[in-house]
Amino acid sequence: MRNSLYKKNIISINDLKRDELELVLKKSAILKKKPEPGLLKNKIIASCFFEASTRTRLSFETAIYRLGASIIGFSDGNNISLSQKGESLEDTISVISSYVDAIIIRHPQEGSARLAAEFSNSIPIFNAGDGSNQHPTQTLLDLFTIKETQNRLNELNIAMVGDLKYGRTVHSLTQALAKYKKNKFFFISPDALTMPSYINDMLLENQISCTRCQNIEEIISEIDILYMTRVQKERLESTEYANSKSKFILHTKTLKNARNNLKILHPLPRIDEIDYDVDKTPYAWYFKQAANGIYARQAILSLVLIENHF
Amino acid sequence: MQINKLQVEAIKCGSVIDHIPSQIGFKLLSLFRFTETENRITIGLNLPSQKLGKKDIIKIENTFLSADQINQLAIYSPCATVNYIDQYNLVGKIFPKLPKKIDRILVCPNSNCVSHNNSINSSFIFIKKLNSMNLKCQYCEKEFSKNIVLS
Repeated sequence: MRNSLYKKNIISINDLKRDELELVLKKSAILKKKPEPGLLKNKIIASCFFEASTRTRLSFETAIYRLGASIIGFSDGNNISLSQKGESLEDTISVISSYVDAIIIRHPQEGSARLAAEFSNSIPIFNAGDGSNQHPTQTLLDLFTIKETQNRLNELNIAMVGDLKYGRTVHSLTQALAKYKKNKFFFISPDALTMPSYINDMLLENQISCTRCQNIEEIISEIDILYMTRVQKERLESTEYANSKSKFILHTKTLKNARNNLKILHPLPRIDEIDYDVDKTPYAWYFKQAANGIYARQAILSLVLIENHF
Repeated sequence: MQINKLQVEAIKCGSVIDHIPSQIGFKLLSLFRFTETENRITIGLNLPSQKLGKKDIIKIENTFLSADQINQLAIYSPCATVNYIDQYNLVGKIFPKLPKKIDRILVCPNSNCVSHNNSINSSFIFIKKLNSMNLKCQYCEKEFSKNIVLS
């Protein structure tokens, strides 16, 4: 039976139905337990990074190699002849699509992956981040990690901390978890970096509980997932940054009343919002989360490229 | 009606967009690229109107607007009527309805949206909110209140 993700573009987490999310998570778990190194043998995948993103690129490339596929591409858009000669994104994608079986694209402009899909001649596009918009495979690996650590994706209390305004990972994860039942959200951010209204409206319309909190301590005993993000210095006035920063740094003492099942996630890179001592606690899960990216990306690549999966 | 006839000449065949809110006529001409034609266009601005007080009117000869074009008029001009004329007679009267999506006409307020590239047509879908109407860009997925996109 053809899986519903076959030949589908993976542009936005919003495009994936709940049963498609489940399919990816199920496949991720299988691949984590039992690698299938020949799954994408003879496939060629283009990795087109128009802006640098070492972690995502290496994670995708590792996933590709582990599935036995070959890879072509570039890791920095500034150093390729395409940009130096002024070729449009549309033409670039159109040409590359005639070489490969799938294209992974990272681009600084929002909507670029959607645009690429219009010019890829039905070759599947994987969005590896388009500006501040979407990064769907990050969300899939976040979901996989949450499910793995909590054994469920509903009835969870999730706190999101840091830059909730510009952080695309928290937007997408909230949208994805909103597809599940009885999840509760707690948002903790500086006033200048609160969750955008379209996310709050979506939660309100779906009657999903969300609470804005002042600090992590007040909700630490209630939460299952603490999703930390970096407060970006460049987004705030220097005095505001100095004031906000200290409020949102996670120390081991903050975790005093944490639930046993609490897991701390972070899309990385970490700057100073999680104290290094926290790494030694059983709650720290961000490096395992990053490692899970390989399995989630292996899963989505194989589901999109193999028709009769499962 | 008599006054309008004196000020804006009747057309033999084509479309008349009537009851456009005053000051919007020129905006519609450019946004909908009605001027990209060899056909004769007549425009009346600030004409007296019983319905609106003042109105604009656009007459385009030998051109019949598509259903999509007509419905897209509704975002700027919700009370507009589109009349089809043949041999100086009214042969059809259409009232635009707000469409589900609007292509090409609007500009995404997000300056980093890929739709600002020249070769791409913008595309928005309407999203009904509790007490308002939002527009969501199909490319960057950002949602804006209708007024922000239309201003």
